[in-house]
This record gives sequence, C-alpha cells and structure tokens, in this order.
Amino acid sequence: MEIFKTTASNLAKQIKNKEITSLEVVSSFINRIKTKNEKLSVFLNVFESEALDAAKEIDKKISSGQPVGPLAGIPVAIKDNICIKNKPATCGSKILQNYSSPYDAAVIDKLKESGAVIIGKTNMDEFAMGSSTENSAFMKTKNPWNPDYVPGGSSGGSAAAVGSAMVPLAIGSDTGGSIRQPASCCSVVGMKPTYGTVSRYGLVAFASSLDQIGPFAKTVEDAALLLTALSGYDKKDSTSVNCPKQDFLSLIQNGDIKGLKIGLPKEYFIPGIDAEVDKVVKEAIKKLESLGAEIIDVSLPHTEYAVAVYYIIAPSEASANLARYDGIRYGYRSNDAIDLMEMYKKTRGAGFGPEVKRRIMLGTYALSSGYYDAYYAKAQKVRTLIKKDFDDVYKKVDVIVTPTTATPPFKFGEKTDDPLQMYLSDIFTISCNLAGLPGISIPCGFTKNNLPIGFQILGKQFDELTVLKAGYEYQKITDWHLKYPEG
Amino acid sequence: MSITRKDVEYVANLARLQLSEQEKDTYTGQLENILKYMDTLQKVDTSGVAPTSVAVRTDNCWREDEAVRYEESALIMNNAPEQEEGLFKVKKIIG
Repeated sequence: MEIFKTTASNLAKQIKNKEITSLEVVSSFINRIKTKNEKLSVFLNVFESEALDAAKEIDKKISSGQPVGPLAGIPVAIKDNICIKNKPATCGSKILQNYSSPYDAAVIDKLKESGAVIIGKTNMDEFAMGSSTENSAFMKTKNPWNPDYVPGGSSGGSAAAVGSAMVPLAIGSDTGGSIRQPASCCSVVGMKPTYGTVSRYGLVAFASSLDQIGPFAKTVEDAALLLTALSGYDKKDSTSVNCPKQDFLSLIQNGDIKGLKIGLPKEYFIPGIDAEVDKVVKEAIKKLESLGAEIIDVSLPHTEYAVAVYYIIAPSEASANLARYDGIRYGYRSNDAIDLMEMYKKTRGAGFGPEVKRRIMLGTYALSSGYYDAYYAKAQKVRTLIKKDFDDVYKKVDVIVTPTTATPPFKFGEKTDDPLQMYLSDIFTISCNLAGLPGISIPCGFTKNNLPIGFQILGKQFDELTVLKAGYEYQKITDWHLKYPEG
Repeated sequence: MSITRKDVEYVANLARLQLSEQEKDTYTGQLENILKYMDTLQKVDTSGVAPTSVAVRTDNCWREDEAVRYEESALIMNNAPEQEEGLFKVKKIIG
C-alpha cells in the first residue's frame, strides 16, 4: 500500500520492524507537501531538513536496537499557536509575524519523547478565532475536497493537512469546535479531550477556561495513538489534571459496544439543519445501533443559549489574554507614536485583524463597568445550567451523538460579512467546551456534491476511552475514513 | 441594547485599540447586532445558580517556590522590538 494511505499506527509498526525506514516515510510526506501545499495553502512553515535529520536519527536508533517511542519516525504537523523552540508561532497574526518561541510547548516535548518527527506548522484563523481559516493574516487554506470551499476552522490547516494526506497526524486546538468542525469539513477524525487532559503549556492562550489541544488523524486508532502521546499531567499547567495514563490504542481494541447507551439530544436534530447532514448522520446512528448500541432520546434544554454564552465568555477571556500584545516584549510595534499610550493603541490597532479586534471589543464591553452582571456574570450562570444538562443526561446514557456541524462546508466569503452567521456555525460544538467534555468528530459521508460530513460523539468528563471505542467500532464497519480527495 | 459610536470609542480606549473611522462604524453596527442576540440570555432564570468559571473541578495547585536558573534570556530578549543592555526599551513614561 502507498505510504500516504497507510495509517500512522501501521507505519509506526513497520518502522519499528525495519520493514520501512522513517526517512522513507518522512521523505514521502514531504514530497506530498511539495506537490500539494501551493494549491491548498496549508503549511506556513515546513521544517524539511530538520525533519529528515530527525528521521535519520530514529532510523539509527532502531537499527542499533535502542528503544524508541510509540510514534517513532512518524511525521506530525503542528498548529501555529503551539510553541516550538526557535521556530515561529504566528498564530495566523501579523502581530506575531516575526516572533520566535523561546521554548517548546509541553505537547512538543511529549511528541519528541514519543519519537514523532515535527514536520511543520499549519495555518489557522488569527488567534484561533474563526470557523473557516479565512481570518489568517497570511493565506486562505482550501478544502482538499473542493478548493472553492473553506476547510473549517480555526485549525483548518491541520485538518486539511491530514485530509489531503500531506501528513498522517496533526495537532490542533479547540476552544469552541476548532478541532471538530474542521475535521468534519475535511473528512478526518478530530478530537477535543476533556479540559485538563492535555497540558496547555506553550499553547498561545485564547480563552483559558475553554482551550484544549487535541489530535487529528484519518482513523480513530491513529487519534487514540496520538492522544496517548499528548495526554498526561504537567506541573507547568495548573489546570492539567493528574489522571492515570491510559494506552487508548490498545484499550479501544477490547470488547465491543453492545449495550452502550447513546443519547440523541432532540435540540441537535432540528428543522434548521441541512437535510443531507441530517440524513447522513442518522445513517451513522443506525450503524452504531447495528453494533448493539441502545439509542435513547434525550434533551439538553439549554442548548439554544450555548452560542450566546460562548461568545460572551470566550471574547471576555480573550480580551484579557490578548492584553499581552502591547508592542513591548515581543511582536509588532508601531513606530510612529508620540507616547506610550499611543504606541499601545497603534500597535494593537494595526497588528490585529478585524475578527480579533471585534472579539476584543466584545469581551471588553462584556467585562466593562455596568455591563459585567448583564453579560459576563449571566453567561457564567447559564454555563452552569448547560453543564448541568449534560450531568443529568449522563445519568441515563454513556455517550451523546450529534451532527458535528449543521451544514456541510461553506464557500469562501459566504459568511465573512456577517460575524453572527459565522458564530452560529459552531452551534453544535460549543457546549462540549463549556461543559469541559471530550468530543470527537468522525467522517460519516458526503453530500451529493462530494463535500464531507461528520458526526460528533460526546462523552463524560475524562471518559475519552468510551468516545474513542464507539468511534473505533463505527470505523470497523464503515469505510468513509478510507476515502481520499482526488488529485 | 443599543450601541452608539461613542460606546465603541469608549470600549476601544479601554482595550487600547486604535480604530479607523470606518472600523468604528462597522463595529457599532456589528456589536449591536451581536449583543442583541446575547440578550436571549435574559430569558433564562438564573436565580440561585452559581457561576461556572472552569467546567472541570480544579483545586488550588501548590508547589515549592524553587529558583531555577534560566540561561537563555537572549531567546526572550531577541523578540523585543527594541532593547538595550538586556532590558526592554519603551518611550519615556514619566515626563
């Protein structure tokens, strides 16, 4: 089988068994990047020579019988808001265009320990604010299935990198759906783990109570392999949770999902959703039922408030987090200011793009004197009710299944003039972040125009295993994850 | 909630953002539209409901306050737009 169609787990086995070298694998993906990146605008940076050197290093270790990690020799792409020492981390923003990270993020340390080869950094919506990757200050990433359509966002680069098989694995970050929504748009698997599962140390902060790093892969098995490498306690992230380390890849192969209780929330199957999405997701649910899962109708009554809650809380946290871009310690500085105050304002006015400024304005307003109670404090209380909806439903079911998005991928420019319409494209992914749950998007079909559709499985806090297990069993009896875009 | 251009100027100042005249117009309309949508939250009865700031229960994290030598300050300073003798340089603050 061609290298790019082989799963990361199989490539890792073949590398370890000396059936193939890491150098061959990494070179083959670099060649795919060379032929595809220009058209799709996925990578902001490719570390070709370093990746090839790292691959040779792994091959040397293996041939001399030294122990190597579970991802030994496998190339991984990194979203550009995750720090790699002495490499740019632009966050898709002009304000960080010339920034070079002084240290490695915790996940980069973990990837290196696992033997992964860091191959490059992927495009994203500026500071992860967006659902289409159109908000990148540098380029517009195209959907590998149809270049007239967006790849989703904000981790559109990482999703398109895996979707076009330029890499077998990538990592992204998910604050309101930024892994799952682009995964659905690009026909790949994307998972947001429970808040606290993966260290945020070295992830450039957007909304600190919601941000979480997670894996992209073609298969649930590969996502499980990558999540195992990424997860684990880190003393440098005070919200990191000290859970026993689990080997998800081997655990998902145990048993079956007979008797698994799957909740279908009626608020996610509403007349407003696209008919093709509705039909395809319901077919996926039938498949899960055919595996012996029990389907139970449930209700999450505060769902309709999730977008409003999110777009108060996330911009509020962002307005505080992005105060650090002041033109003093790093990043862009405006040089035509007469005093310090004017320097701050001109630097930030010119350095941030329109969506980032919009969200800073929104968050600053929601936190400002006289409006705090009506917006921020109110949103935090409704967040409690949204979380309680899930707590109640999880007394009756093991996982919840929904569409990942209400519509298939949209065209460039379709939603850029109306921010509220763009915000509503996160409607099915946001609650998961507000409640701190694990969630995964899994490819489950295509529209008649060949645009990808995904479904979402949400689990109980820290029950990644059941979510992955359900997805793994689904992929055993379906073949959507084996399809690749033409060209 | 009605948003005026003056509100936008006030908030932009709090956020230390210089906006063009056109941006002020755009944001006035867009923020009004977005905040109108947020008003849907006023329908929810939240009396007696505690706020959630983080969804996963976290306890205070304690660790020893140990000094660790950092040898790579050049990597940090090299990101500064302007520096002098290992210090960040800014415009005069006190007149």
